[in-house]
Amino acid sequence: MSEYKIVTGNYSSAYGARLARAEVVSAYPITPQTSVVEKIAEFVSDGKMDTEYVKVESEHSAMAGCIAASTTGARTYTATSAHGLALMHEMLMWASRARLPVVMTNVNRAMGPPWSVWADHLDTIAQKGTGWLQFFCENNQEVLDSILMAYKICEDEDIMLPGMIVEDAFILSHTREPVEIYDQEKVDEFLPPYDPDVKLDIENPAGFGSLVMPDWYMDFAKKLEEAMEGAKDKIKEVNKEFEETFGRDPGGLIEEYKTDGVDVLVITMGSISGTSKDVIDELRDEGHNIGLARLRTLRPFPKEEIRELTKNVNVVGILDRSYSFGAAGDAAREIKEALYGHNSPVVKNYIVGLGGRDLTPEILEKIFLDTIELQDKGLDQEVEWVDLRSDRKKWRR
Amino acid sequence: MAKIPEEELMNSGHNACPGCGAAHAMRYMLKALGKDTTVNIPACCWAVIPGVYPSKNLEVPLLYTAFETTGASSSGIRAALDAKDIDADINVVGFAGDGGTADIGIQALSGAVERGTDTIQVMYDNEAYMNTGIQRSGSTPQGAWTTTTPVGSEKAWKKQPKKDMMDIMESHNIPYAATVNIAYPQSFIEKFKKAAEINGPKFIHIYAPCPTGWRSKPSKTIEIGELAFKSKVFPLYEIENGVYNVYKKPKEEIPVKDYLRTQGRFRHLPEEEVEKIQKNVDRYWDKLLKKEKFTQEELYKEE
Repeated sequence: MSEYKIVTGNYSSAYGARLARAEVVSAYPITPQTSVVEKIAEFVSDGKMDTEYVKVESEHSAMAGCIAASTTGARTYTATSAHGLALMHEMLMWASRARLPVVMTNVNRAMGPPWSVWADHLDTIAQKGTGWLQFFCENNQEVLDSILMAYKICEDEDIMLPGMIVEDAFILSHTREPVEIYDQEKVDEFLPPYDPDVKLDIENPAGFGSLVMPDWYMDFAKKLEEAMEGAKDKIKEVNKEFEETFGRDPGGLIEEYKTDGVDVLVITMGSISGTSKDVIDELRDEGHNIGLARLRTLRPFPKEEIRELTKNVNVVGILDRSYSFGAAGDAAREIKEALYGHNSPVVKNYIVGLGGRDLTPEILEKIFLDTIELQDKGLDQEVEWVDLRSDRKKWRR
Repeated sequence: MAKIPEEELMNSGHNACPGCGAAHAMRYMLKALGKDTTVNIPACCWAVIPGVYPSKNLEVPLLYTAFETTGASSSGIRAALDAKDIDADINVVGFAGDGGTADIGIQALSGAVERGTDTIQVMYDNEAYMNTGIQRSGSTPQGAWTTTTPVGSEKAWKKQPKKDMMDIMESHNIPYAATVNIAYPQSFIEKFKKAAEINGPKFIHIYAPCPTGWRSKPSKTIEIGELAFKSKVFPLYEIENGVYNVYKKPKEEIPVKDYLRTQGRFRHLPEEEVEKIQKNVDRYWDKLLKKEKFTQEELYKEE
């Protein structure tokens, strides 16, 4: 029987790995991911999870362990955050280029210095080109749901890519919410065991990852991109199947919230989307024709959906919880790129909540009102950093 | 004396240089371990020797991994085999060079050994970063020329002695560690066979001459291996649960200079440097014999 538990995002991740029957977990602790690996250790210790848990000595080795285990045909899971993810960088590329469906939770956190353990998307976004599917979650239920979905998508023989489930530090990782922990039998039906045709096997002694000449390399890269592109339809398909099985829609590639016929569209990612939806409701009650789209997958990037959504809007406000130095927020950059040659609404990028800076409904309301005002006043600046210490009066009551 | 198995799991057509000691190392290792063996190889000469895609000259499954990951990769393979309840008799081998073992790979190796991973971690030691073109490593011997310890007017040859990986492994309470030399295939194979019978982490340090990097004649590889043994530059010993056993002691001893003169990488060394090296070799040998005596006769006497 499925049951509701009041759990943190991290526990939700651990339950996700357990329900998915991850056969090998290879992980290293880092704040604020620690309660994921602790909970898995507890599951294993209590005999509730049948997994080989490799307690490695670094994140680099965590991913190397997952890669080796996945090559040997096991379903693998790990979790990390910020500096741990950055240390894995080399192996993230290894996992995707080796076409291994490793699934990982990344509790996103700001990069130091100065040290910060709080929410910030730069760690994840800095890895967007590594060939991983990236699912940004809004709440703890979605964390669990996305892990189950990710295995099914990533292990599909046409996809065979790794997937990263992203939860915001503390806002999700350490905040308890009711989460439906599904019946194991039902999950098993949805997600059959991983059984790859090709694996490290003494009966069929193949080599994995040998040197290739320039005459081959590029074609392997193109195949990876085709898989990433193919993952868009696969995500939609699995999303539908998930909804049919568990009665819940995790949001596909991009979640549309009251977007029909709007003049103003705001685009968010991750946990701020929940609060933003409340603010959108209030603004709509006040007569503003505004809606919200939540970018759930940064990779693959839903270009077509973005174009469709922005066809008839006047203004788009994009909230980035990270910044690509020397340019702008990455969601904004990618969305603008998708629009080029298709639609030309006014687009403004808001840089918000870096290093865990709080985003209250008041601040979000001011941002959205600013976006609405752009319809009359035109674009004042392409990128605005919101609620800096020098600028508090503008954003706080 | 162990008979050398006739089965060949390394086929002809490899990409190694003429006289490559590392090529012998893989061949003998696979003869000892047989086909129920997985091999993971980080960046090193052996990442290239098996052949370029789609060729492969080894009859065992190979996982190529990143430079610093050999230990973690072995743990991952073993964990997956255990998770899948696949035959525990499979040998999981991590096969790394000296850089991938003693330098960039030492953290992952240390982790795998500390975790008690059932694996054979191999360091085939050609005493420098040979695949990248003869740069010094932590395992390059004192006095050697490399491309990053060039011998110009400042005489900047390597001043520091080799990192002692056997001692480092012993400090991990490893169940079994051994040194082997490609010039002595019988004991080489014997020690690998012994390692395969032991559960838990095993470490094998292979002496593997590199004519290209050592500036030696490809035809002299085996002879140089013999001189390394006879001069006590590379002692042959094993450590089993903390007990040292110098399993092969030279009957005729030769001075270190007879070893050094076979290799161009040492040709710049003045007399007094050779004496220093001789002294260090003697001290190490003496220490080794004392460790053997102490661990066999006193420390673990009761066991």
